[in-house]
Amino acid sequence: MRERMLKTLAKQIKQYKKASVLSILFTALEVFMDVLIPVLMARIIDRGIESGDLKQVFIYGGLMLVCVLFGLFSGIMSGRFAAHASTGFACNLREAMFLNIQTFSFANLDKFSTAGLVTRLTTDVTNLQMAYQMLIRMTIRAPFMLVLSLTMTLLICPKISVVFLAASLFLGVVLFNIIRIVRRVFDEVFKRYDDLNASVQENVTGIRVVKAFVREDFENTKFKKAAENLYRLFVKAEGTLAFNSPVMMTAVYGCILGISWMGAKLVVGGELTTGNLTSLFSYVMSILMSLMMLSMVFVMMTMSVASGERIAEVLAETSSLTNGEHPVTEVKDGSISFRHVNFAYYQGEDKNVLNDINLEIKSGETVGIIGGTGSSKTSLINLISRLYDVTGGSVLVGGTDVREYDLETLRDQVSVVLQKNVLFSGTILENLRWGNENATEEECRRVCRIACADDFIQAFPEQYNTRIERGGNNVSGGQKQRLCIARALLKKPKILILDDSTSAVDTATDARIRKAFREEIPDTTKIIIAQRISSVQEADHIVVLDEGRINGYGTHEELLKSNEIYASIYENQTSGGGDFDQKGGE
Amino acid sequence: MKRLFQILFRDYKFHLLAVVAGIIGSAVASVRGTLFMQTLIDDYIVPLIGQENPDFGRLARALSSLVLLYLFGILCAYMYNRVMVSVSQGTMKKIRIEVFEHMEKLPIKYFDTHAHGDIMSVYTNDIDTLRQFIGQSLPQVFNSSVTLVTSLISMIILNIPLTALSICMVAVMILVSKNVGKFSRKYFMEQQNNLGKVNGYIEEMMDGQKVVKVFNHEKHVSEEFAALNEELRKSADNAHTFANILMPINAQLGNVSYVVCAITGGILAVYNLAGITIGTIVSFLTLNKSFNMPIGQISMQLNSVIMAMAGIDRIFKLMDEEPETDEGYVTLVNAEIGADGTVTESEKRTGHWAWKHYHKADQTTTYKELKGDIVMDGVDFGYTDEKMVLHDVKLYATPGQKIAFVGSTGAGKTTITNLINRFYDIQDGKIRYDGININKIKKADLRRSLGIVLQDTHLFTGTVMDNIRYGKLDATDEECIAAAKLANADGFIRHLENGYQTMLTGDGANLSQGQRQLLAIARAAVADPPALILDEATSSIDTRTESIVQKGMDELMKGRTTFVIAHRLSTVRNSDCIMVLEQGRIIERGNHEELMAEKGRYYQLYTGGSVAG
Repeated sequence: MRERMLKTLAKQIKQYKKASVLSILFTALEVFMDVLIPVLMARIIDRGIESGDLKQVFIYGGLMLVCVLFGLFSGIMSGRFAAHASTGFACNLREAMFLNIQTFSFANLDKFSTAGLVTRLTTDVTNLQMAYQMLIRMTIRAPFMLVLSLTMTLLICPKISVVFLAASLFLGVVLFNIIRIVRRVFDEVFKRYDDLNASVQENVTGIRVVKAFVREDFENTKFKKAAENLYRLFVKAEGTLAFNSPVMMTAVYGCILGISWMGAKLVVGGELTTGNLTSLFSYVMSILMSLMMLSMVFVMMTMSVASGERIAEVLAETSSLTNGEHPVTEVKDGSISFRHVNFAYYQGEDKNVLNDINLEIKSGETVGIIGGTGSSKTSLINLISRLYDVTGGSVLVGGTDVREYDLETLRDQVSVVLQKNVLFSGTILENLRWGNENATEEECRRVCRIACADDFIQAFPEQYNTRIERGGNNVSGGQKQRLCIARALLKKPKILILDDSTSAVDTATDARIRKAFREEIPDTTKIIIAQRISSVQEADHIVVLDEGRINGYGTHEELLKSNEIYASIYENQTSGGGDFDQKGGE
Repeated sequence: MKRLFQILFRDYKFHLLAVVAGIIGSAVASVRGTLFMQTLIDDYIVPLIGQENPDFGRLARALSSLVLLYLFGILCAYMYNRVMVSVSQGTMKKIRIEVFEHMEKLPIKYFDTHAHGDIMSVYTNDIDTLRQFIGQSLPQVFNSSVTLVTSLISMIILNIPLTALSICMVAVMILVSKNVGKFSRKYFMEQQNNLGKVNGYIEEMMDGQKVVKVFNHEKHVSEEFAALNEELRKSADNAHTFANILMPINAQLGNVSYVVCAITGGILAVYNLAGITIGTIVSFLTLNKSFNMPIGQISMQLNSVIMAMAGIDRIFKLMDEEPETDEGYVTLVNAEIGADGTVTESEKRTGHWAWKHYHKADQTTTYKELKGDIVMDGVDFGYTDEKMVLHDVKLYATPGQKIAFVGSTGAGKTTITNLINRFYDIQDGKIRYDGININKIKKADLRRSLGIVLQDTHLFTGTVMDNIRYGKLDATDEECIAAAKLANADGFIRHLENGYQTMLTGDGANLSQGQRQLLAIARAAVADPPALILDEATSSIDTRTESIVQKGMDELMKGRTTFVIAHRLSTVRNSDCIMVLEQGRIIERGNHEELMAEKGRYYQLYTGGSVAG
């Protein structure tokens, strides 16, 4: 599982492999130079100072400077390449995820929430970028430093290197155990932390409810308890981490004492020079520091594992809808037929949201769909442009099974105005041209007239060049809906589907839009889902859906007489005045 | 920043003293150890070289005293690390709770005028940077400073010329860091800018992903994204390059300092100047390293200090927000109503409530039965003083009446309900509840007497049962189920996986909007309030479901004064009085028949004859 994740992620390094490798190489070089310095220092002491030879001092001093310069160069290069590689890696990750998400079907999208996808594309990528940079710099640096320094001590004095080995082993084992304990607690900590923040979020958004029910104290107690819990866990985790530096010190001090004792004897015994003794002291720090660094890197890396998993999940997801082998690229006409259609959102779930739907819609017809919440109106129309695949039976458009079409062709010809619709930041024209990139301004105005949007657009100071803010927040709900309809019309589709798309438009305008549909696009098949009877009563046929089944089918008059549900909805709404609220003014 | 330290000192005076003592103790032990190297070489090794039977006894004694010193240092280190955990986490906990409790006290206005994301960011980002600051940056900066000082002192003791040289090198280091940092900051700002753009684009597109699919716009969107992404990569590359090279530059400058000192020391030793011995050089060079290191560490912490300071400002800004004030003194008590209409206070829950009114003037307390009689007189209101939303609103609701508000969006319907429970205070006029000016009633008691079902339902993490019980914390399961039945929510709840014990998360994301509203109605029902405010409570329920809910609502409204804001005819038609609002004024009032006969605005709205944008 974890291996697969790493593989998926590693694939995204791509063109930055070279930079990654170079960064590692330069890091190694930098470390190597660092390790050489104490050895040269030993020479200065032994050959220069002790024997009073100034020339030797300058020779080795000069060599040391050369090492430092090399080190500086390598360090800069490794930093440069590491930045290049890690930011490039992050860039690739974002792009790969984004591209893959574009291939997602609605079913795939439902699986990940919008917020979930945003987190993966933003925070999680940043986490991995940091982790990757750390990987190619620190993770290489620390072990390399450890090995090189240990080798040097072994070369200088095998007897004393035992002290180093013992200290490294001690530190390694203790650090490993601390991390093991801490990791478990931290997993729990972060979970609780998320819960705590979620409860704050609830209080911020639901503050009216809290205040209306006078539940401030109740919420305070709840929050206090959660904060208290979090505190205990944090103290447990960090309290264990507090052992880190004393343990490190124990190892360092142990080494110093050991080297002092053994070193003194060896120097006096003539087996070791004073210079070499001092270089051994220098290696104490480098060896133990690198172990410490390694443990820190390890902790940081484990923290980014969760991010890595979340990203890999998106990258590994494959679209549940694919084109057939020989996709049909032409839609003959706007006829639609449902044949024994069953549909469930999740495979293997025994609850079908649509059951045995049979429906024939002729090209150019207007069909209304009405039914209660949860009667699966939206599910039904989503099958026409193959936003989801049927679980059983088949849906035919223009006489051909939707699964045989090229998806792009099908969706160009079947234009859906979604219930939860959005506009994008950009001018009105830019938004409209989502329907057809090459549409002229005249064409855009024509569809806006049909959707009754031209009037209010003309009233804006910048008319068709008015900027729409993100999410379309600077136009009212009714205006947004009409722009969305116009955008869909611009496709010149053979089938137009409106999923409750005029709910915020007042009744009169709604009627005008329908009239324009009749006159301007008579050949387009129109399917209208609505809450208001008035929106569908002039349709050629009306489908009454109830709990995923067709409960009634016919004209307004027929249904009024024969269908109980339809009649009761009508009764409730009476003639025309179902709505008091002109949401158009929002 | 000052206030943070005040909080820290207020609660953790002794803890902090212990930390300071610990840091100094461990630093002294460490420096003393380094200085020992000089003695080791000069006193214990060099004199013994060449001796026949060298006596290591003195060395052994010196080492054993060093062991004790080291043990002391290690103990100090553990102590300050451990105490610091308590200090930082304890402070975090306190600040979290204080911020939250203060937030709960803030008026609705605060939440209406601040983006929720910004408020959340105080908890998720600012308090988190604070944790890093208190837990890591603060002790590290202090630790580094102490190491710096102790090393410096020891260096001066060992050799003054070499010390001067080291200080010069440090000055160079600081200068270079500063300049590299300048570049780094510039590019980081550019990176943040581009990151904002990319994140904005991501948020927008993920939100509209289904629209992208419906319009076959995948390719177009991908291209736009790739361009933004590449911009971000370039600036991030630059920013990180400068950040990355700072560390090796500092490290190597440290090495330069080391080498220069070594050579100079060597020269001095060879010419036997300034009393330098090999031991001095070795000790000094080690000190030189521990002198350079803290500088790098402090400069690395500087960023997090700056970030934390901005965060601390935001935290205190929230804590400084004026809380909701409440001068009310009339309270709500359980009451028993005598046969003759006298009201007496009761300890138990009697099903009757009374307002307990203390009169300061004659020091008497009177009780008045809670009935739900609400009067507005000449009420003017605006969310800001410049722009009035309501003008001269008059309204009389006698107990048990159903009052409906209709009118276009923005006419001020929701605003009126915001005033009755004092989410906002009126600028002019009076609102009386059972004849008492609502400004005299304690806000908590006022709100407890009003049930409310809001336009946007909000549910809390917990079971369905917990959510219904929110209306009345001591309600039994039976009471909750009865309330759910009343709201017609029982049916769908029983169909949920675990019935009433089904967990709801993320504001009830697993329920449909209609179901959530049914739960909100049940929640209000269990509270059993004498007066109700229903704000478009059924707007998202389709007509058919609504008629089911309607029955329950009628049941709920029985005997209670109810204010309904609805845009469906069916919810309004049987009201005792319908107010037609337009631009903050009541332009028509009366029951359905009267208003129809008037053939005014209501008639227009009702017949759908009006055309509006």
